[in-house]
Amino acid sequence: MKRNVLALTFTRTPYYVLSGAAAIVFLFPLVWAAYASVNGQAGSGQAEGFGLGNYDRLLHYEDGLAQYFFNSVFVSCATVIVTLFVSLFGGYAFAKFDFPFKNVIFLVTLAILMVPYATMLIPLFVLLKTIGLQNNLVGLALVMAMFQLPFATFMMRISFEAVPKELEEAAQVDGAGTFGVLRKILLPAVRPGIITVALFAFLAAWNDFITPLILINDQSKAPLSLAITNLRQQTMGVIDYGSLEAGVVVMAVPCLLLFFALQGQYVRGFMSGAIKG
Amino acid sequence: MLGLLYAAPTALFVAVFFTAPLVLVTRMSASEWPLIAGDKGFNFPDNYSAIESNSLFWPAVWFTVEYTVLVTVLLIGMGLGLALLIQAGGKWKGFLRTSFLFPSAMGLASASLLFWGLYSDSIGPINPILQQLQITHDPIQFLGDPLSALLSTTFLIVWRFAGFYMLILLVGLQAIPHDLYEAAAIDGANKWHTFRYITIPLLRRSLALSLILCITGSLLAFDQFYILTKGGPDNSTITVVQLIYREAFQRLNLGTAAAISIVVLAVLVVLNTVQFRALRGSEEA
Repeated sequence: MKRNVLALTFTRTPYYVLSGAAAIVFLFPLVWAAYASVNGQAGSGQAEGFGLGNYDRLLHYEDGLAQYFFNSVFVSCATVIVTLFVSLFGGYAFAKFDFPFKNVIFLVTLAILMVPYATMLIPLFVLLKTIGLQNNLVGLALVMAMFQLPFATFMMRISFEAVPKELEEAAQVDGAGTFGVLRKILLPAVRPGIITVALFAFLAAWNDFITPLILINDQSKAPLSLAITNLRQQTMGVIDYGSLEAGVVVMAVPCLLLFFALQGQYVRGFMSGAIKG
Repeated sequence: MLGLLYAAPTALFVAVFFTAPLVLVTRMSASEWPLIAGDKGFNFPDNYSAIESNSLFWPAVWFTVEYTVLVTVLLIGMGLGLALLIQAGGKWKGFLRTSFLFPSAMGLASASLLFWGLYSDSIGPINPILQQLQITHDPIQFLGDPLSALLSTTFLIVWRFAGFYMLILLVGLQAIPHDLYEAAAIDGANKWHTFRYITIPLLRRSLALSLILCITGSLLAFDQFYILTKGGPDNSTITVVQLIYREAFQRLNLGTAAAISIVVLAVLVVLNTVQFRALRGSEEA
């Protein structure tokens, strides 16, 4: 018995060493960024000791942190709303109806995945300019929603397909039209799909960098990812690393919180892609 | 017909924001199109022949391929290693899975900025730690020469994406029936044989998916090099997408940028078709 315990401890030791080392490597940069954002550093907003000086400086950086934060929240929420609106009806149509060009529309929507962001952004820059939506947060959100559409449409389609037909038929007998069925019966049934689509759209929009880099010219309209990246280029001479890491924390915290709260949905989104894709 | 009504927003959206730009970029690639002045008329094939004479083009292509191979090997290996670590069970399973996935929730741009500080001379913690432990004497310049810039960026990418690939491979691992392992154990197979002849073949689908995602993603790398290395030192870390950006917004030539974009698109379509064919073929075999 005693020998067994000993043998088990020996075989488990590499596991603990390996897992411990891996966990440290993955968590260390995040912990360090939080530490560096409050640690004193000559030439930064927090000259010495610990404190929120870097965050204070960030609050007053150019148009102010509040403006950039608002831009990010606005663009991310608008992206979520547009993505949900389009993919909800689209997913319903593809899952429950037969109509002309059904497969063509679906396949072209999925084909968005095949085209690089850069290839799309060069003509979109010109196109949005002619319709007055370039350098505009609404235009930015529409483009981001387009990039989300393949995953969202696919996700909503499989969500609707998973709802048993009897559920709809019962409602149809009660005299509800297709829209009534969608609103009263299907919407609650596909809620997990909606949450997954919303979560992915929000994170993608919040974190996107190349799209605002190309489509937004005014610093006052920049979302956080772009504004914080510009921060290091625009300080004269000395780079303010403290404020930079404070900016990283401001960008990362909402993502990490969302991820923590909705980890199940996050994993589910990957699984559906991994299994079906 | 009612279905078409519900699909109308999708069709309209795709037509305006996807199909129309795709047509436009094709036209731009065959036109003289300065950023400010706009369309100056048809000039095919000038933009395409200009690609060949662009001194940064072939170096960018080779660098992108080199980076893709390096990142793909390391990321799939790391993702598989982490997935096996989680699969092995143990008390820390939940904690480990969350820690590995945490960086994946963060944006690539913010992760790149984080590492830019982490690698910096002024507040980077790595050199002080290494010097304290007397492992190194002189500080390491993490972004100082082409090789270290490539390796430092690769480390950032592995850190940021390993959890993502772990998750895909974990789904595949969990789909392998348990009795196969039991049968192998009864037959006296050792750990390596079980891994080589059961785990790997049955994981083929998840591995292929990871491979396709990783290759496509790496070939289109932009944020990490734009932020971390800025293409330097000496233009040694310029990727193809960065070249497109430079053509369009620094050399202000949308025509040549569009032409490179079309070439990249064509290469990707061919590559993905081949990869999906191979995936399907290996499943039928």
